[in-house]
Amino acid sequence: MPHLRKMERVVVSMQDPDQGVKMRSQRLLVTVIPHAVTGGDVVQWLTQKFCISEEEARHLGAVLVQHGYIYPLRDPRSLVLRPDETPYRFQTPYFWTSTLWPAAELDYAIYLAKKNIRKQGTLVDYEKECYDRLHTKINHAWDLVLMQAREQLRAAKQRRKGDRLVIACQEQTYWLVNRPPPGAPSVLEQSPGRGSCAASRVHMRGDFYKQEIEYCRRALGRTRVKSSVCLEAYLSFCGQRGPHDPLVSGCLPSNPWISDDDAYWVMNAPTVVAPTKLRVERWGFSFRELLEDPVGRAHFMDFLGKEFSGENLSFWEACEELRYGAQAQVPTLVDAVYQQFLAPGAARWVNIDSRTMERTLEGLRQPHRYVLDDAQLHIYMLMKKDSYPRFLKSDMYKGLLAEAGIPLETKKRVFPFSRRPRHSSPSPALLPTPVEPTAAGGPGGGDGVA
Amino acid sequence: MATEALHENETLASLKSEAESLKGKLEEERAKLHDVELHQVAERVEALGQFVMKTRRTLKGHGNKVLCMDWCKDKRRIVSSSQDGKVIVWDSFTTNKEHAVTMPCTWVMACANAPSGCAIACGGLDNKCSVYPLTFDKNENMAAKKKSVAMHTNYLSACSFTNSDMQILTASGDGTCALWDVESGQLLQSFHGHGADVLCLDLAPSETGNTFVSGGCDKKAMVWDMRSGQCVQAFETHESDINSVRYYPSGDAFASGSDDATCRLYDLRADREVAIYSKESIIFGASSVDFSLSGRLLFAGYNDYTINVWDVLKGSRVSILFGHENRVSTLRVSPDGTAFCSGSWDHTLRVWA
Repeated sequence: MPHLRKMERVVVSMQDPDQGVKMRSQRLLVTVIPHAVTGGDVVQWLTQKFCISEEEARHLGAVLVQHGYIYPLRDPRSLVLRPDETPYRFQTPYFWTSTLWPAAELDYAIYLAKKNIRKQGTLVDYEKECYDRLHTKINHAWDLVLMQAREQLRAAKQRRKGDRLVIACQEQTYWLVNRPPPGAPSVLEQSPGRGSCAASRVHMRGDFYKQEIEYCRRALGRTRVKSSVCLEAYLSFCGQRGPHDPLVSGCLPSNPWISDDDAYWVMNAPTVVAPTKLRVERWGFSFRELLEDPVGRAHFMDFLGKEFSGENLSFWEACEELRYGAQAQVPTLVDAVYQQFLAPGAARWVNIDSRTMERTLEGLRQPHRYVLDDAQLHIYMLMKKDSYPRFLKSDMYKGLLAEAGIPLETKKRVFPFSRRPRHSSPSPALLPTPVEPTAAGGPGGGDGVA
Repeated sequence: MATEALHENETLASLKSEAESLKGKLEEERAKLHDVELHQVAERVEALGQFVMKTRRTLKGHGNKVLCMDWCKDKRRIVSSSQDGKVIVWDSFTTNKEHAVTMPCTWVMACANAPSGCAIACGGLDNKCSVYPLTFDKNENMAAKKKSVAMHTNYLSACSFTNSDMQILTASGDGTCALWDVESGQLLQSFHGHGADVLCLDLAPSETGNTFVSGGCDKKAMVWDMRSGQCVQAFETHESDINSVRYYPSGDAFASGSDDATCRLYDLRADREVAIYSKESIIFGASSVDFSLSGRLLFAGYNDYTINVWDVLKGSRVSILFGHENRVSTLRVSPDGTAFCSGSWDHTLRVWA
């Protein structure tokens, strides 16, 4: 748990005599407690040390208190950081989670017993329940528990009142952290199975290292691209997409989550008759972007149709369906694709180079879902390098771009307190599956009806 | 016999040291082409303005910690899963709950929406990934149509459908990832190479759609070829468990969030880590990360209940969001980038914009 070590480093530097938080003696009724700090000073120190806002400093301070690293001298029942004159002290390392974890049931029993003996009725409801439960559970050792409790109380009486108070506060804080009251978050809780990450379930046999060695050898031989080239690519990508990013640049007519108006979604529905200008622009960003948009893809298909190369896109779609289809469908789909696109004299024959065709036909003897990968890639690249650039230069695309509109920004509401009703929309699970005219079916697969 | 065992140990030790030395050489090679830092290149980029992001919806209804969530392609519905075994599908725009399923196990650590929007997948301590078709028919019990797809030998930590409803990719505490055929439950490919629990995965948005990245308790992030099952790239610069991995929208890089309180950006072409997103005041682990649509912003949820927003290019923190009352366990940006949703151990989900 690396965060615990980091918190400990922070509290240690907070206690530095020169650079740490200002220490003062705190008067509690008639007792004087040395080495105390105020909540306000803690927050200020964090603000300055980490160059953060006061809000963040208060949050960080609160987290330190919740973990018990800083404990309150007054009202130690709640581990809360008050950014004022409230006094706090630093937990002694003996009680740190990294030193004394997990907390033992026996110790908790002794602690509760001490509280019970010292003053009847100090145990809060949940503590009483725990006490009774532990009594039943450790019944056989209960005498030991009571004896330890009495002994510890006796030893404590011999201390100065100030020390006694401080130790009691520390103990109370420790148990608030390790046995939080019901409803309070347990800061020490972990996801199941994570605590034992050190004990690997993967056996480090010879095979494991051989695999690593083989990987390293392969990796040493790979070609890499200069960082400057790669990083420039991010700049241009972010720059190009920035205006299309609603969280960076906003969106028109309005962001539905902010305005409660779903007009933006209606205007940008998957199959809409009039796509917005930004959307049509995006088709020019990359071939993938064009294909991923159903409207864009449909227009591209029209364009290809005019050039008598529509079968390329259909072939690519059919290959996608094979790759992501059900295992049981593989032989049928492969056969269907072959018959329609690859067989000599096929109705929608695709033009693949002879070497790829040879390899593909060879592979078809033992069909599997990746058997058409080479052919699919060839056709994809053909479309990407040839048809796609021509599509972008075409009158069709230019026309779509010119026609596409920019939505007007929704006017601000006149009556800010009346909430716009939020329209519900039909769940995709209710919609009937679209029926596609192509032989191999449309993209997405619908609900996979056989 | 005793001599045999000794020989085995020696070989194991020498293999381990050979692996270590090769890894060292690999780091040297990677450093050779590193001629500039990201924040240097980004100096000429305009700084982002002040960000005001608020909670726009709060989804209450889970009775225990929310562990995972996923958006639906319709940009408003989400599925979420919790420690008490409940999996809920919400229309988060109206905050109405539409479906609820109770799993037979606790700690449902993974859930995902099918691309069609007609089914969900989930799993956790039951070591399985199950698919539930969504139905509005009141007479049908969703649990009755449940299909058990994946079987691991330890907890399921993450799951994701590929491009269709018919394939699922899973990650598990047993140290492996696996690709499954939904209809038959057949294992199509398994991915071995992590030295400990695999905690997260993300599919690459590439044109050829063949790779995915996974992160684990062994501090490694590994990129896999889905077809061959081989690891094609691995990165080992984090100092603790990697809780979340997410591809940069172009597919040329991915970000990771770890228990070492940092998020890092790894470039696949440069084959190295290119940025670290960290601050001295951020002490707790990052549990989940996601990019905004343009890749300019990185949202990260942390175990100290906060969400930090990072400027990916400049490396600086743009904003810190408070609101959750326990650790943020899951975070995803919506498919059209208009908002992001965070799920927390405080039993709620929040949509921010």
